[in-house]
Amino acid sequence: MNDTYELRSGDTHIEVHKFFPGAVAGVAIITLILQASFPVYLPKLDILDLPLLITIYFGLSRRNPSTGLLLGMVIGLAQDALSGPTVPLGFYGIAKTIIGFLASSIGARLDTEHPAARFSLTVAFFVLHHAILVLTRRVLMAQPEPWFNMHLAIAAAANAVLGTFLYIALDRLRRQ
Amino acid sequence: MVAIPSKHKSLTLLAVVLLAQLLLLAVQIKRDSHGRLIRVWAITAVSPFERSGAWGFDRVRGVWRHYFALQSTSRENEALRVENDALKLAIAQLQGKAAEGDRLAELLNFRNSHKDVPMVGARVIGASAGTASRTVEIDRGDRDGIRRDMPVITPDGAVGKVIEVYRDNAQVLLLTDKDGGAGALLIESRIQSPVVGTGEPLLSMKYVANDDKVNVGEQVVTSGMDKIFPRDIPVGIVQEIKPGVPFKTILLRPAAKLNRLEAVIVLLSQQPLEFPKDANAPSSGSSSSPAPAADPSAPKSPAPVKP
Repeated sequence: MNDTYELRSGDTHIEVHKFFPGAVAGVAIITLILQASFPVYLPKLDILDLPLLITIYFGLSRRNPSTGLLLGMVIGLAQDALSGPTVPLGFYGIAKTIIGFLASSIGARLDTEHPAARFSLTVAFFVLHHAILVLTRRVLMAQPEPWFNMHLAIAAAANAVLGTFLYIALDRLRRQ
Repeated sequence: MVAIPSKHKSLTLLAVVLLAQLLLLAVQIKRDSHGRLIRVWAITAVSPFERSGAWGFDRVRGVWRHYFALQSTSRENEALRVENDALKLAIAQLQGKAAEGDRLAELLNFRNSHKDVPMVGARVIGASAGTASRTVEIDRGDRDGIRRDMPVITPDGAVGKVIEVYRDNAQVLLLTDKDGGAGALLIESRIQSPVVGTGEPLLSMKYVANDDKVNVGEQVVTSGMDKIFPRDIPVGIVQEIKPGVPFKTILLRPAAKLNRLEAVIVLLSQQPLEFPKDANAPSSGSSSSPAPAADPSAPKSPAPVKP
């Protein structure tokens, strides 16, 4: 089995990456554990959304919308489950399903290996992810939630910076 | 089974996954006043059909009831008509009783405002059988202290005098009878002159010289000179004045509603009474007395009788 293969779309040639067995599941679990631990030990790091970052990364890398959205759904539901009784199951699940789908779809059309592209996409996905969460809170849960504030901008930038370096580290899990 | 094009498979999967999670959310989210969101959605989705169904059912039932199932309608209509007639009769009786209550309350109020004057309230129970005389029969008599020639009034003004007294009832000669009358005076010019009945609804004031100035609408009250009526009881309003020889012909409209008497007051003395200032103003068909506390039993209740 080839570790990588090319996805042909017109004249562009985009690589679809494979990962070591268990890498996706292992990274997802570790990320969820870390995300659940941040608020306890490092409260200031609660602006980071590691599950979102790995959803984006694996979506962009694997470039398959179906697996991307399923991975987003699983990670989102797990995050819901770890977020306590005040967060209903499906709250993060819906948002990360959409992000996983979009990341995979965009990854299948654009070369997203460059750090600048990854940074920009992470900022955009973070804002979209937040918008979906706000929409869910307002429409379904009838709870007030601001669409945009400075905290969101800082969080988007911080997550994008972290994501850019995290993605480089995760690239090592790819099969060569 | 319908095959989904491969390029739409991921979109279909996305839709299914999102829908499933939306339902999952709806099952968990509980709105304060509406219960779980899934129930709100279910009811919102179903209620238009239920409403349409109910509307259609009502239409069909309405058509059936109003155009086909009419076997008992005629019978019901007849029964309702009978019931309607009975209700109309009951309403008329109740209105009559209410009006009577008002009149009795008026008398009670009048009596209460003249507590120092001995008087007896009485109910009119009959009238003269023919048109030749104008008398009424009241339900008070000798046992109640009624005597001949006692004045009879209403809160509006003079009515007449007692002409016959029996044990439990008495006859009253109205001012409008040809033999009726009272000593009177014009309230502005202070001209004194008797007022007599004409056998008609109007009264006539006698012996007013052509030179004397009398105005239409002027009030006429009792003068007290007849030794029957106390002075200052409203008698009527000047309605028509004609020059005559040697005296004017003056017609008065009675202050009391003599053609609608149902309750009266018999004064047991000639002690003067004070009437409200507008008591003998042109009658408008309504009482000029202040509204009293209603007591329909007033005329029948023991009244202060002069010893």
